[in-house]
Amino acid sequence: MAKVGEVKLIGAWPSPFVMRPRIALNLKGVEYEFLEEKFGGKSDLLLRSNPVHKKIPVLLHADRPICESLVIVQYIDKSWPSSGPSILPSDPYDRAIARFWAAYIDEKWFPSMSGIARAQGEEAKKAAIDQVAEGLSLLEDAFGKISKGKPFFGGDAIGFLDIALGCFIGWLRVTERTQGVKLLDEAKVPGLAKWAGRFCADGAVKGVMPETEKLAEFAKLIMGKFKAPPPQ
Amino acid sequence: MADEVILLDFWPSMFGMRCRIALAAKGVKYEYKDEDLRNKSELLLKMNPIHKKIPVLVHNGKPVCESLVILQYIDETWSDKCPLLPSDPYQRAQARFWVDYVDKKFYELGRKVWSTKGEEQETAKKEMIESLKLLEGELGDKPFFGGEKLGFLDVAIVPFSTWFYAYEMCGNFSLEAECPKFMAWTKRCMEIESVSKSLVDPHKVYGFVLQLKKAFGIE
Repeated sequence: MAKVGEVKLIGAWPSPFVMRPRIALNLKGVEYEFLEEKFGGKSDLLLRSNPVHKKIPVLLHADRPICESLVIVQYIDKSWPSSGPSILPSDPYDRAIARFWAAYIDEKWFPSMSGIARAQGEEAKKAAIDQVAEGLSLLEDAFGKISKGKPFFGGDAIGFLDIALGCFIGWLRVTERTQGVKLLDEAKVPGLAKWAGRFCADGAVKGVMPETEKLAEFAKLIMGKFKAPPPQ
Repeated sequence: MADEVILLDFWPSMFGMRCRIALAAKGVKYEYKDEDLRNKSELLLKMNPIHKKIPVLVHNGKPVCESLVILQYIDETWSDKCPLLPSDPYQRAQARFWVDYVDKKFYELGRKVWSTKGEEQETAKKEMIESLKLLEGELGDKPFFGGEKLGFLDVAIVPFSTWFYAYEMCGNFSLEAECPKFMAWTKRCMEIESVSKSLVDPHKVYGFVLQLKKAFGIE
């Protein structure tokens, strides 16, 4: 059991990457102090705790920093093994599949998402949106194979891959609204569309997934200031 | 039932070399298949339809893709010998963090050093040395990143050293002079059989890089 004050998370409410460890900590029932970074600046604590990348999230466990969202999630899973369900699958092959898709999401799919905001002109925007949709189609396929009819990638409960993808649902909904497209389309990706609803309704997610309205307002603010993709 | 293990690979690939080292360290018998990346095999396209890339580990017909995913799979499946990831969660997190750092920075920097010129190349050279110095800091006084023995981070990084000669020749600089501690670590790794028999000759890698430069019309 973590002592009060022993677990801290440096982050920011709009960041999908920060959401990942928050969901993991919630799944494990671990209390933590959320140290919110102000937008536009980086605290001394952040710079000291993550000198290499200077990015959020950073987990501080008994003052030792752990960086990189999925590294943190795996750390949480190993550090509180008897609390809550196992976040990573128990079988090595299933773990390899989950890690493969998490890497795909971070290295290919998320950059295509940020590509939408960066695209200049109608044609480029459409191409960017198509890329994201293509990725979701692959993930839909993966969901079918991995969930095997259960509600989540992780089976009966939220797992590693659910967290890796689910954290982007808020921003996906904002993108749907601002671009006037349907990405989590029940017709094209029915499995994922229903999964998204279940994910957001889960007790471990509800408190940390921002309301689409709030995110959309935030998006307008930063687009206006920087013409930049969603923050990390 | 005997395990059937196949590694789809390409001889100069640093990512492939990682898998070769891990399999050798664990004493796993496997079939090595060298791919022609300009003419990818049916098997590769079937086993890695998403990325169509090597390395791919095929274990009893089931594919595992992405070198770091493969490394962890090998570590977890053949767990009785030579554990690569430490058992302590914090040390595991540190090892994973640094491997992620190497993958994000190093490969791209290396590519820039051998394939660009002028300011872009100079910047890449400088950043490469900075990266290696950062890793030297992480190594500290330990013989290996894994401590007394070869670990996850050692296996993940050491294959890049086979490309250093090519970087030095193309970039006209000496990594040995700039980062002697890192080079000393490389030599220590090479004394281990599973490493030395899995890594390729740096001169052959340089030959390959020269071929690539010719093919891409790079001076």
